[in-house]
Amino acid sequence: MSDGKDLQLTEVSLRDGSHVVAHAFTEKQVRDVAKSVDNAGMHYLEVSHGDGLGGSTLQYGRSLVDEMKLIEAAVDECKHTKVSVLLIPGIGTINELEQAHNLGAQLVRVATHATEADVSAQHIKKARELGMEAIGFLMMAHSVSSEKLVEQAKLMESYGAQAVYVTDSAGALLPHEVREKIRAMREHLDVEIGFHAHNNLSLAIANTLVAIEEGATRIDGSIRCLGAGAGNAQTEVLLAVLERMGIDLGIDLYKMMDVAENVVGPIIQGSQEIRKGSLVLGYAGVYSSFLLHAERAGKKFGVDPRDILIELGKMKVVGGQEDMIVDVAADLSKKAKERV
Amino acid sequence: MEKVKAAIIGSGNIGTDLMYKLEQSDVIDLTTMIGIDADSDGLIRAEKNGYRVFSNGIQGFIDNPGLADIVFDATSAIAHVEHAKILKDLGKMVVDLTPAAVGPFFSPAVSNKEDNSKLDNVNMITCGGQATIPIVNAVNQVANVKYGEIVATISSLSAGPGTRANIDEFTITTRRGIEKVGGADTGKALIILNPADPPILMRNTVYCEVEHMDEEKVNTAIKSMVDKVKEYVPGYHLRQDPIFDENTITIFLEIEGAGDYFPPYAGNLDIMTAAAKRVGEDFGRLMLDEKAAVQIES
Repeated sequence: MSDGKDLQLTEVSLRDGSHVVAHAFTEKQVRDVAKSVDNAGMHYLEVSHGDGLGGSTLQYGRSLVDEMKLIEAAVDECKHTKVSVLLIPGIGTINELEQAHNLGAQLVRVATHATEADVSAQHIKKARELGMEAIGFLMMAHSVSSEKLVEQAKLMESYGAQAVYVTDSAGALLPHEVREKIRAMREHLDVEIGFHAHNNLSLAIANTLVAIEEGATRIDGSIRCLGAGAGNAQTEVLLAVLERMGIDLGIDLYKMMDVAENVVGPIIQGSQEIRKGSLVLGYAGVYSSFLLHAERAGKKFGVDPRDILIELGKMKVVGGQEDMIVDVAADLSKKAKERV
Repeated sequence: MEKVKAAIIGSGNIGTDLMYKLEQSDVIDLTTMIGIDADSDGLIRAEKNGYRVFSNGIQGFIDNPGLADIVFDATSAIAHVEHAKILKDLGKMVVDLTPAAVGPFFSPAVSNKEDNSKLDNVNMITCGGQATIPIVNAVNQVANVKYGEIVATISSLSAGPGTRANIDEFTITTRRGIEKVGGADTGKALIILNPADPPILMRNTVYCEVEHMDEEKVNTAIKSMVDKVKEYVPGYHLRQDPIFDENTITIFLEIEGAGDYFPPYAGNLDIMTAAAKRVGEDFGRLMLDEKAAVQIES
């Protein structure tokens, strides 16, 4: 197993955590987090709207502060840590990618649903032309077979992606499934493999360890689990576990504990522990950022948010379909009234 | 009744579906189908249906320009730029179904027919644009849309390789259409591909932030616009009553295709060809009227 020298860690709280704070990160919060993780030796720091570049919309929620300002602030604070951005084709475009690049973003993760890799070709190619690192991000990986995942990952590889992630957007993958998927990817791809976890079934760290065991070299974490749903692999905990296993990423554990306690902790208003909403995401295989939208729609239409999420899972709704949440809530509320 | 002769360039999915739609037109007389692959399903079907068929691309039409007065271009943006010049020189009316946008954006439910006599090339925007821009426009008429945002969700099977290879073209062109034709001060468009099996019908969600909210007026405007679009896209309907929240309106639309060449889930492709047929017919009528007027004068 890896000794850690080949592992690259991306801190995603300033992107995935955007969902948790309803896209209301301030410039000061971003500067504080960026400065302190840079000081601890973090490899990459992802900054973008939760739904990636261009995600500030009525569909997903508007950013309080323009993401480009936040990217610029993070770049300004980081001496060693590279700033990365997320781009979901269909939401963000090459225009926003160029803007982020001009502000100093050095890596882009181009994310598509696990079966739709071919919409990423133009963005991956463009990133490479700009001299950025380009990585493919196959979302909702739990919903497809390993064969399908390999087929789609190979497409991204052919467009120029330097790594492809197995992205467990719903936090639904079980350890043996992660093992099988990463192993299949490792067998068939020449580029690096990555793994992005969500902690909805309390498996984020376990799954990340399995991924590393099977040869994944790009991993993600969020400090204090500041990510959609119940968050991701908790960065400072992951680092501690890896150190105990003799895997040293060159990131200062004590400093990361302090960042978690003093910088990121105060940003979190609610709680990132696994409660019934996030548990249902993992259980029903639903995109993690749907949680808060389902809770709001549940309140508005007087239905249990869990029923909304379960229904969305049955309908095989994919990432980005937040409009379906209200649509389904309205339907469930109508049905409930008809029954009365 | 006299009809206007027409040709289709492009024998792919869109061109072939359009062929079946134009067969039922009482204004357009489809005479010709032009492609670049003699073995393509579209050209084989066209030949079976008795149309003149050319497999040497636009050259076939340059050699026989009398076959049509209206030309529907269902090729690609790059090809259309070249075709547009040739067809202009030949004096043909062009309905452009590619994203080239050589001519102005056009939605049959919105655009002002009185100005049309001066146009010789109109662009059909995008499928998401055809599905949503009429609604933005309807709301704008009564409430002034400051910001219009649309989300088009289509089944993966109905997104062709052209759309996939250049998905930015969809988001950027649709956004411009929301502003220019829909009348929103600022627009934004999102597209999502859903691989669920069986395939989902095309869904569109329209969000409008308005200056003057009047629920009753907005509701009436939306419903009458849905009826207007339904005239040429029978499967177009609201999924829910519009939702009002302070100055924001959310409208849920769904489109079931007519099932001419594509299966019914491909409402996104159906609305493109149905709208193009309608635009072609509108221009066809205009051309027939002009011809009649000239005959009366002489």
